Amino acid sequence: MAHDPSILDTFFEECEDLIVALTEGLVDMREGRADDETVNAVFRAVHSIKGAAGAFALDDLVGFAHKFETVLDEVRSHRLEIEERLLRTLQRAGDILANLVDDARDQTPANRELVDPVLAELQSFLGSEQDSPAEDFVFEAMTLDFSGSSDAPTTYELQFTPGREFYTCGHDPLLLITALQEIGPIEVTVDTTKLPNTFTDFHWDDGYLKWTVKVSGPATDLPMREVFQFVDDLCDLKIMTLDDTGAQIDPTDQAIDHIIEALQEPSITVPVPAMEAAQKEESADRPIKKVATTLRVDPERVDRLINAVGELIINQSVISQRLQEADLPNSAELFSDLDDYKLLAREIQEGVMAIRAQPVKPLFQRMLRIAREAADAVAKDIAIITEGESTEVDKTVVERLADPLTHMIRNAIDHGIETPEARIATGKPRQGTLRLSASQRSGSIVIEIADDGAGLNRPRIRELAIKKGLIPDDAALSDQEIDHLLFAPGFSTAAEVTNLSGRGVGMDVVKTAITALGGRIAINTVPERGTTFSITLPLTLAVMDGMIINVSGQTMVVPIASILETIRPSQADLSKIGLKGELLRIRGEYVPIIDLADKLGHQTDGRPMTERVLLLIQTESIAQCALAVDDIFDQRQVVVKSMQSNYGEIVGVSGATILGDGKIALIIDPDAIASDTGTLTHVPPKTDGGRSYVAA
Amino acid sequence: MSLPDEKTQVKQLEFVTLVAGGQSFCIEITQIREIRRWTPVTILPHSPAHVLGVINLRGAVIPIIDLAAKLGFERITPTERHVIIITAIEDRIVGLLVESVSEILGVKSDMVRETPRCPEDASTRAILGVIAVGDDMIKVINLTSLMPSSEPVAA
Repeated sequence: MAHDPSILDTFFEECEDLIVALTEGLVDMREGRADDETVNAVFRAVHSIKGAAGAFALDDLVGFAHKFETVLDEVRSHRLEIEERLLRTLQRAGDILANLVDDARDQTPANRELVDPVLAELQSFLGSEQDSPAEDFVFEAMTLDFSGSSDAPTTYELQFTPGREFYTCGHDPLLLITALQEIGPIEVTVDTTKLPNTFTDFHWDDGYLKWTVKVSGPATDLPMREVFQFVDDLCDLKIMTLDDTGAQIDPTDQAIDHIIEALQEPSITVPVPAMEAAQKEESADRPIKKVATTLRVDPERVDRLINAVGELIINQSVISQRLQEADLPNSAELFSDLDDYKLLAREIQEGVMAIRAQPVKPLFQRMLRIAREAADAVAKDIAIITEGESTEVDKTVVERLADPLTHMIRNAIDHGIETPEARIATGKPRQGTLRLSASQRSGSIVIEIADDGAGLNRPRIRELAIKKGLIPDDAALSDQEIDHLLFAPGFSTAAEVTNLSGRGVGMDVVKTAITALGGRIAINTVPERGTTFSITLPLTLAVMDGMIINVSGQTMVVPIASILETIRPSQADLSKIGLKGELLRIRGEYVPIIDLADKLGHQTDGRPMTERVLLLIQTESIAQCALAVDDIFDQRQVVVKSMQSNYGEIVGVSGATILGDGKIALIIDPDAIASDTGTLTHVPPKTDGGRSYVAA
Repeated sequence: MSLPDEKTQVKQLEFVTLVAGGQSFCIEITQIREIRRWTPVTILPHSPAHVLGVINLRGAVIPIIDLAAKLGFERITPTERHVIIITAIEDRIVGLLVESVSEILGVKSDMVRETPRCPEDASTRAILGVIAVGDDMIKVINLTSLMPSSEPVAA
């Protein structure tokens, strides 16, 4: 069967929502917060996935969902008692169902090794009475059912009154009736008594009609219920069995045709001429009704908007620069107007960015699944906790975080948390804890993965790094520097490869992915208490707050996020170390000074440090360092432009922006500047593949 | 020479001729987006000598290459009178700084001859062929060989 791909896309989008609902319900059940409604909600979610998947002939999904649904039905009708083993199975079944949806979307074959044991477990709850292998592919089984039972025809009477919601969701009674017609011969009557007498009372989207459909043939009411499964809660549906003799209303074969004609007649169902008036009336007289809570928009449209807003912000800085050059009196009203313009531009920018923002919830739920699978695979008892699921992050960030997070979670479960025996031996609770949290902290998003395992084994990391030639034997490294060796390319330790985390990607890939998103990653480990990885990400990718600086005549931008403070040093604050190195003393600490001009290969004018400005920055590799620049001009929002497509990557420069005068200013990557203590290596423009890792 | 089958093979080509390092070169006109006057660039750190820096072309960041230096001649000291040729090749846009742009040259494709064999250097490697125009010989530049190589990253 050929399907419109957009319909399939919609199906997968809906599946995502359904799986969120499903997962939530299962969590509630597990934590004993569940009532009958929760079980029903879970059942409905599984049922909806099954129904829609059936329409797309996704057999694996349908088969599994059916079994899952059958067990849930038993739970729903209190034939199965809710106990620990059942809950665990249901949770795993939820995970598998989500996997199967993913597989169906990616068109990859389902992983039978994972699916079958869960399927068997679900079966074990059903006992023998329903035990038939055909149950797996129940859609075929059902079709057989109807035809097989046609020798004893029963007549059902369906009464349904579509409500207002029914119509606003775009359903059409005609389609339902036609679907019923496929089940067996039908008779249709419509009750129009509720129709208003005057047009002014008529609301085009309200439901006035009550339908009675008699269907003869099917042995059970199931096929009819399936017809109505999508509109179940949108209309009032009653299904009754009639005696064979019970048929009374207009038994001509043409009944359906009349009805169809009637439906197509605009004056009855779709009062086209009245529509506009009705709509107007609605907007004027009635409070606006909440119909759709979300709006699906093509991401490309949003991107276009974001680009336009970026240009608007550049344009705004052009105008403000022009005005400043125009030498207007300070009191000119133009300046306050300009301030308003700035505020508005910023507001629009934030609003547009908010469109792209998505809660991390789906991402976290996916991670939960991965974490549970990982815990099962290594047979560790781990409680997985998520916090701050409603924190919103840019869509691109959410998408690109999935891989690094997966890797880090697998690492934490595989290497971080000890085996239950080892935990008991060290006096810890048997169950390990993995905490995944997201929060917003002043302009950035912080995502933390914390385990309560043994902490990083620093001597071992050091030993491995020496063995792999990453550091010299006698390197004197601080604890923090040792921790950061984890991110060094080529550190991924062969000795530790298990089939869980040894997938050929090292933590350096994680770091590269985070850096590509403009983020930073930090490790905080306490021996025997656990390790926390914190990922700090910018709220948006396209715009950032930057400090505009001057370095040997070149205007550049340093991200505000990494600047702790700016200092104009006095001679007493400075001290020399070695031949060239200089240190800044600040609050009793000595921090190294990096001359930015020197670092970038520009000519320095030999100005003494006391005539320059130092930017105290915080980076991952070095706790703190001071960047020496010539001047600071301003602090403003800049639009980040990529240089990679036309030129390539420059180490120490994360991108470029366009200033008010139309000139380009490079955006400094403080982390790269600080991490490399020698001169910078640049990716030469004449080599290939130098940046292939960026795309990873 | 007016056989019908030969005629179909010969295409009319147009080239923009320019001077870089005191010699005549030309670039096929379909590869040129626009020609603009020199404007100061933003210097890139640690860039090779022939990469002058980047400019803002209507919101896009475009690298500027000194064509003379790239071909192995002396670096051009840019002034107001120098010209930047904005070229586009394989979705990448690069500006070339040249001494001057002379004219548009229309030739038949069979007039472009193979580069005569000669010792290889930076400039001969970047030449696709030569066109004889009167007494002068104009070299056709292979733009692909000039591009700072790095595949565009899928954003």
